[in-house]
Amino acid sequence: MTASGWFQIALYLLVIFLIAKPVGIFLARVFNREKTFLDPFLRPVEKLVYRLCGVDETREMRWTEYAVAMLLFSGVSMALLYLIERTQKWLPLDPQKLPNVPPFLAFGTAASFTTNTNWQAYGGETTMSYLTQMAGLAYHNFASAAVGIVLAIVLIRGIARKETDKLGNFWVDVTRCLLWVLLPVCFVAALVLVSQGVIQNFHPYPSAQLISPHSVQATGANGKTTIRKITEQVIPEGPVASQEAIKEFGTNGGGFFNANSAHPFENPTPFSNLLEMVLIFAIPSGLTYTLGRMTGSQRHGWAVWAAMAFLFLAAVTTAYWAESQGNPLFHGVDQKASAIQPGGNMEGKEVRFGDADSVLFAAVTTDASCGAVNSMFDSYTPLGGMVPLVNIMLGEVVFGGVGAGLYGMLVFVILAVFIAGLMVGRTPEYLGKKIESYDVKMAMLAVLILTFTILGFSAISVVEPFGTASISNPGPHGLTQVLYAYTSSAGNNGSAFAGLEANTPWYNTSTAVAQLLGRFFMIIPILAIAGSLASKKIVPESSGTFPVTGALFSTLLVSTIVIVGALTFFPALSLGPILEHLMMLAGKMF
Amino acid sequence: MKKNLLVAVRFTLVTTVICGILYPLAVTGLAQLLFPGRASGQLIERDGTVIGSRIIGQEFSGPAYFHSRPSAAGTGYDPLDSGGSNLGPTNRALIERVEADARKLHAENPGAPVPSDLVTASGSGLDPDISPAGALFQAPMVARARGVSEQAIIELIHKHTRGRQFGFLGEPRVNVLELNLALDRRYPLGAKVKLSSSAVQSGMARGARSDSRSTAR
Repeated sequence: MTASGWFQIALYLLVIFLIAKPVGIFLARVFNREKTFLDPFLRPVEKLVYRLCGVDETREMRWTEYAVAMLLFSGVSMALLYLIERTQKWLPLDPQKLPNVPPFLAFGTAASFTTNTNWQAYGGETTMSYLTQMAGLAYHNFASAAVGIVLAIVLIRGIARKETDKLGNFWVDVTRCLLWVLLPVCFVAALVLVSQGVIQNFHPYPSAQLISPHSVQATGANGKTTIRKITEQVIPEGPVASQEAIKEFGTNGGGFFNANSAHPFENPTPFSNLLEMVLIFAIPSGLTYTLGRMTGSQRHGWAVWAAMAFLFLAAVTTAYWAESQGNPLFHGVDQKASAIQPGGNMEGKEVRFGDADSVLFAAVTTDASCGAVNSMFDSYTPLGGMVPLVNIMLGEVVFGGVGAGLYGMLVFVILAVFIAGLMVGRTPEYLGKKIESYDVKMAMLAVLILTFTILGFSAISVVEPFGTASISNPGPHGLTQVLYAYTSSAGNNGSAFAGLEANTPWYNTSTAVAQLLGRFFMIIPILAIAGSLASKKIVPESSGTFPVTGALFSTLLVSTIVIVGALTFFPALSLGPILEHLMMLAGKMF
Repeated sequence: MKKNLLVAVRFTLVTTVICGILYPLAVTGLAQLLFPGRASGQLIERDGTVIGSRIIGQEFSGPAYFHSRPSAAGTGYDPLDSGGSNLGPTNRALIERVEADARKLHAENPGAPVPSDLVTASGSGLDPDISPAGALFQAPMVARARGVSEQAIIELIHKHTRGRQFGFLGEPRVNVLELNLALDRRYPLGAKVKLSSSAVQSGMARGARSDSRSTAR
């Protein structure tokens, strides 16, 4: 660990703190349909969208209709993505003449991008045409992010409104989210990324003549070893920056290229790396302020922010410590950080990022449900790799995905006030609303679905041959690979211990099911809670009300998250990363 | 339900046109106008031929060039197969690979500690950089092969060392392709250098032929 590394981590957290308020205020204005400086340009476009789609912008919906509209939009747009993937060969913007995507992979990918997971069982540069990337995949980065954000807004409305069954209009909320929030920021961010070297073009892949041709040994399908001479390098191109911006800002994480944000064309400089990390946490951080503003309790918003920041720092510190130690099994290698080398465990990491920027990115991308990676978690030290895993297991509530992070966190807030209520023996209240058995049941449903999906599918995959055949690393690390795959899927994260061979019928299908369960069985209880809260009366605060502001509340919230996560996943973790760590210290290889 | 289904279909199409077609086209137009070189991948030409991208790593062989890090992208630095080794920290295959590479490097430059980035594969498999320590470690080998003093090579490394961005972001690094191109310009391989193997020979001969300036497109 170096002073420079800590400085960069501190700087990042400072930026996230400073943007919370402006972003939060802007989001509140957009969704309250108040005036913003973008109105003169965007109002005409907005009205045109409603006219083309037949939307009545004045009509508000009950939670059930909101849920139906959300499911229909997700279903239809998922079908369109599947169609584009399956027909890309006949569509324009395919200079590499890539074939149509095979059905299992196309389905898995469609589910994955619709659910904001962006789990990828393919390498983008050799599978997806430019049109599929931008109109199929990048489009879903916008759409799924907008759905996540409007759901958080609906839950906030549920808390803020009283004695009503109306929660807003799904189409209006999504349109305003796309036009006012996602598109303008991505447009600017994409151009800044290009200035750093992220590519943006529609060229066919050029071929470079290497100045130092060399020979490699290749083993053919018949088992024969042949010497092959490499004299050229084919360099992929594409409209990357426009996708990169929304990939981070919408916490999607699906890379244009196989190597994701480790690829120099996706993330060329330390500054592009910082910008991408800021984009990931911008909306989640801002939404805590929106929560405070729209519910009239700004201090509650900050209390939630503080709980998140605490868990975030704990994760970064653990991962940074673990990775900067290096791998004790590497003998005869200098892994000490110095002024002329990053040091630490550099397997799977880029020199321009070193450990500090790699672990920071790893913590950010898994605290949020982003899943973009700038280093390969499979090659992290056991405890370093456990941090991203645990981050997702905790429900990605530490800032979290756009919208998903906040509504996930509010589930824990409901549990926290429920537990506090049990302790003092009173009906729990939350910002003036009585929390009753229906609300707690729905909150528990959202928590249990994650547990059930992760542990259930992992259990099947580690005993059945169709599951174990895909494991690439022997020993306890193999269990971690499988556990990570379903944790990432159910949590809609999308990052991977990428050695696992995920492009098989079993993994394509089961991860897709895990993603759909993790997304929609989370969202529907959330909407139900929103509907239930909105219909309640406001109870005036009394001396017996447990305060949801201040350090006591933040501590209770953190404890609730950690206890639920630990009780659920500790047994699995102890057989995976923790066991591997102990074996590694004992000098054991597999 | 039926009404919302109809809206869903129309809404999907309309927003696909806005976010999936118009937005990337607009970004492409402006990007190509403002940063044409960067938007196209910073391709480098020498003698009219594209020889690589400034920010995509390449494999270099033979003692006359600085070597890049090990790469797990295809057979090594294949941009159509980007990615890391994904070998776990306790995987015997990883430990043995690292130790074999470390032994080879020790033989080249006995006594000096082997910097960790020289024996580990990057996440992208296309890392264009090595650490300054990784470049300095290779200086004696390159100096011998080029028949110049080690001091001259070290100076060239210092000239091509990029510090932290804005002084505090990221890690100091050396771009291997740029450093090797500078080597070919400053200390072109003359006839006096003995060529050892045929694989190396062709690489050197190509380098020797082209001492003209390379240009970034």
